[in-house]
Amino acid sequence: MSLKDVKHIVLVLSGKGGVGKSSVTTQLALTLSLKGCSVGVLDVDLTGPSIPRFFGIENEKNGHGHTNGNGDAAHTTGLAKGHGSLSCMSLGFLLGDRGDAVVWRGPKKTAMVRQFLSDVLWGSLDYLLIDTPPGTSDEHISLVETLLKEATPEQMAGAVIVTTPQAISISDVKKEINFCRKTGVMILGVIENMAGFVCPNCSECTNVFSKGGGQVMAQEFDVPFMGSLPIDPMFIRLIEEGRRPVYPEGTVIDGQAMQTNRNADSDEAETAGLLVEKYTACSLYPLFDGIVKQLLSKIEP
Amino acid sequence: MAPYLTSPLESVDSALTSATKTAPALVAPEPEHCPGPESTLAGQGDACAGCPNQAICASAPKGPDPDIPLITQRLAGISHKILVLSGKGGVGKSTFTTMLAHAFASNPSNTVGIMDTDICGPSIPKMMGVESETIHVTSTGWEPVWVSDNLGVMSVQFMLPNRDDAVIWRGAKKNGLIKQFLKDVEWGVMDYLVIDTPPGTSDEHLSVNGYLKESGVDGAVLVTTPQEVALLDVRKEIDFCRKAGIRILGLVENMSGFVCPKCTHTSEIFRATTGGGGWLAKEMDIPFLGAVPLDSRIGMACDFGESFFDSFPDSPTCGALKEVVRNVGTELGVKAEDVLGEDGEHDLDMLAVMILNSAGSVATSVDLIDEHLLAIAGTRFDTGRTYYRFCFPVRAKPSDKYHTTKFAIPQ
Repeated sequence: MSLKDVKHIVLVLSGKGGVGKSSVTTQLALTLSLKGCSVGVLDVDLTGPSIPRFFGIENEKNGHGHTNGNGDAAHTTGLAKGHGSLSCMSLGFLLGDRGDAVVWRGPKKTAMVRQFLSDVLWGSLDYLLIDTPPGTSDEHISLVETLLKEATPEQMAGAVIVTTPQAISISDVKKEINFCRKTGVMILGVIENMAGFVCPNCSECTNVFSKGGGQVMAQEFDVPFMGSLPIDPMFIRLIEEGRRPVYPEGTVIDGQAMQTNRNADSDEAETAGLLVEKYTACSLYPLFDGIVKQLLSKIEP
Repeated sequence: MAPYLTSPLESVDSALTSATKTAPALVAPEPEHCPGPESTLAGQGDACAGCPNQAICASAPKGPDPDIPLITQRLAGISHKILVLSGKGGVGKSTFTTMLAHAFASNPSNTVGIMDTDICGPSIPKMMGVESETIHVTSTGWEPVWVSDNLGVMSVQFMLPNRDDAVIWRGAKKNGLIKQFLKDVEWGVMDYLVIDTPPGTSDEHLSVNGYLKESGVDGAVLVTTPQEVALLDVRKEIDFCRKAGIRILGLVENMSGFVCPKCTHTSEIFRATTGGGGWLAKEMDIPFLGAVPLDSRIGMACDFGESFFDSFPDSPTCGALKEVVRNVGTELGVKAEDVLGEDGEHDLDMLAVMILNSAGSVATSVDLIDEHLLAIAGTRFDTGRTYYRFCFPVRAKPSDKYHTTKFAIPQ
């Protein structure tokens, strides 16, 4: 059983697509790793896997050659001192071409999800984060069914729900909360993503997708609200181009002055280093640091 | 056994053909790796050993689904059927579907329908402001919910006793409902039926494609956002359309740029580091229908279930959307004046995108600014060169700062 040495399993769920499940999963993984925890990320979005892109490891292939009857080894990204190990598994690694469509009906998806849970050689992990596709269908039913059967209640930490603030998104996410209630998955908290965009020119904050909806919903359903995250184009730049985030002079987020672009002229200086290290310069890192602290206090009191 | 998918293509073809076959009634849920009860291998695959359904599947007749002629007959009165697809979630499929329907319906002589096939996350009823409606069953079939005189909607949301209820269904059950929507809903005579889909390439897509094959779909409009994470999934959807033989009417890039309401500075929230939708369309050789800038008021209009065209007709996004709708009309072969019921003039107050090459000369002509969308689609990009993409409102003053993104065309 590949989950045997995994201490805590956290699901990242949302009824709505494109609200930032994969982005939140990635940042939770990076922040946990920065805290010295060993982290695994499992991507069960079979028809649209984004995790390989987020970690910048799209060209990796899984250990086809390493399989020895026990299953696949998860792909491990670079390690650095003081950071916990970080490994990923996604259907994206198994595709011959990144543009290939995976056109599967339910039973096939179920089989793949089960195989991901039983055959991946995670080794010993502090946290296994599971990124999910939108909705409440085959992947989710299979995932929760298998986990409730295979994992111990101590291992099943619960689910983090991601939403965006607008009502359209909230109405889908409410369905996901009801899904968790029906299946008995504990809700660790709600994260509101894409709340506000700070104009890089005049620092006026615009609520592109409105604001506050996540908090209202959390109150309505009596689940913890873990925080509100703004849109940070620098994070997208970090993921897409591997550039260290830099902010205009005098940007202060959460009481901390952010790194400014004084010495950011050379491409090399911007792109050098591990993703984990570069992420510490991102304005979202302090926010995730807070979220992860809340998570840790809930999971390991 | 290592799951290594160097050629997942075989299964795509078999999945596509089996979607239109008749399926036997099963006594137990399908097992893992089930070849599908409608497949020609049903009851004979490795996974079938020990399955309680094995005998049923193996002996069931494998002819075409007898309901398909009924569906074809039911949809015979609809002139144009358009699918709205995207591999990625949250890029604006539902928003675009409602915009497209509102735009078509703005011509009073058009009758328009929306079918929401997103079973687990239906958004259309809320966006259309008809969330609390229920379906009326008449002697001829299910009556769609009418938003206005010439705009009808059908969604699973209308069937839920409580609006926040989760629909926790596996694929087979979702297929059944989609079939029922196609077979039992009395659409009547309609000019356009716009079909909204969930993200991905799975059960819902296979079913819609399978059931509509015979009655004929005009084509699919693909929606994307500019960043590579979204384009990656849209590539998969294009692959799906090609394999399924669905004509691609074109690609729409949504959330292209964001104009700050305070300083009118344009930012690219979702940066097009690989050239965005325009380049993907070029690369895949499909028509590029246009870029729609992000406007926070669209989200507001959707939350309140209003038509964005009626609420904020002065927004630059409106102009861009109308342009896209006109392009969809052109692809469908509909006369421009019939699409929107107006003279079909271009709106000038819209977001322009200009692309320069690394030498600084304009790769797309600025003279074509009001047709910039077409200009980009018609531009040749050389591989291995770097280009700069500018985003700015057409009516910007010369002193305004423009936002630039550098992108390289891969070799």
